[in-house]
Amino acid sequence: MKLLDFLKGERKKSASVAKERLQIIVAHQRGHRGQPDYMPMLEQELLEVIRRYVKVEQDAINISLDSDNDCSVLELNVTLPNEAEAKAAGKR
Amino acid sequence: MAKIIVVTSGKGGVGKTTSAAAIATGLALRGNKTVVIDFDVGLRNLDLIMGCERRVVYDLVNVIQGEAGLKQALIRDKRTENLHILPASQTRDKDALTLEGVEKVLADLADEFDYIICDSPAGIERGAQLALYFADEAVVVTNPEVSSVRDSDRILGLLSSKSRRAEQNRDPIKEHLLITRYNPNRVDDGDMLNLDDIREILAIDLVGLIPESEAVLRSSNQGVPVIHDDKSDAGQAYADTVSRLMGEDVPLRFQSAQKKGLIARMFGGGGRR
Repeated sequence: MKLLDFLKGERKKSASVAKERLQIIVAHQRGHRGQPDYMPMLEQELLEVIRRYVKVEQDAINISLDSDNDCSVLELNVTLPNEAEAKAAGKR
Repeated sequence: MAKIIVVTSGKGGVGKTTSAAAIATGLALRGNKTVVIDFDVGLRNLDLIMGCERRVVYDLVNVIQGEAGLKQALIRDKRTENLHILPASQTRDKDALTLEGVEKVLADLADEFDYIICDSPAGIERGAQLALYFADEAVVVTNPEVSSVRDSDRILGLLSSKSRRAEQNRDPIKEHLLITRYNPNRVDDGDMLNLDDIREILAIDLVGLIPESEAVLRSSNQGVPVIHDDKSDAGQAYADTVSRLMGEDVPLRFQSAQKKGLIARMFGGGGRR
């Protein structure tokens, strides 16, 4: 079927594009659901602090707050660039 | 004890008021004492859809602020027994609604009615939050279209966090998906999200599927909830929806394209009734 579509030069149906886009955005929204209102600010400021020492991209940080009954865990995930990339970035 | 059902969506123009009017009317037609409340303060429209716009004297804000009694503000529906409408104010802004005020009105209504239907305003601001705060169940009205589906997901987030049931750690609000303006022909062409896609993305149970229908505009023109048009596809689809809300197991209709007969094709002639 895919091959046939290709041969006929048909573009992807718009509804399946819509579905893929929605799946991504809804998953993202749900990741942020129920978190405290200060989380976006906290994320931004933490990123600024880290960037004073290491050159990381805007989207290289991932922060989440999980809470069980009596214990909350703030998880911070930062993807640091590897050495070569960091040096290249430093020269720029 | 009355069941409080909010009809909500996030996005505007998807059919909240049409659905609230049809569902409330349907519940009353099935013998339930039902009241439908317009929470869209400043932009009331439920009265128009219900056809009682010229009989509005007092409204929800008057009741909350103690300027009128609940009995004075309730409008008895002319066509349907057991059905009352509590209109929104046309003039005041949304700050006129208070949490305590809404709670008191709902508590008073709960003594009299079996079902309280709350017609939410669009958006996720105060008016929408108050409309859903006290709900036991929610009907999330969604069009097969990206912005509507995304906004419905935002509303699902609010239902699970900013409601009385959530704050008191009670059983969560029961969430129902109501898909409106569904066009099976466009789904078949691959240009409209299909039923299962929307269900899969939002991950809640489907309570009804309302096809795009000429009957909806015809009904709103006349101020008669579309469920009264029991020959129309939309009217029948809303009747099915009401049955499911009452806990009945009704098979889904109107999800596939109707094949036009030879004569209909030859003479063209409008779409679906």
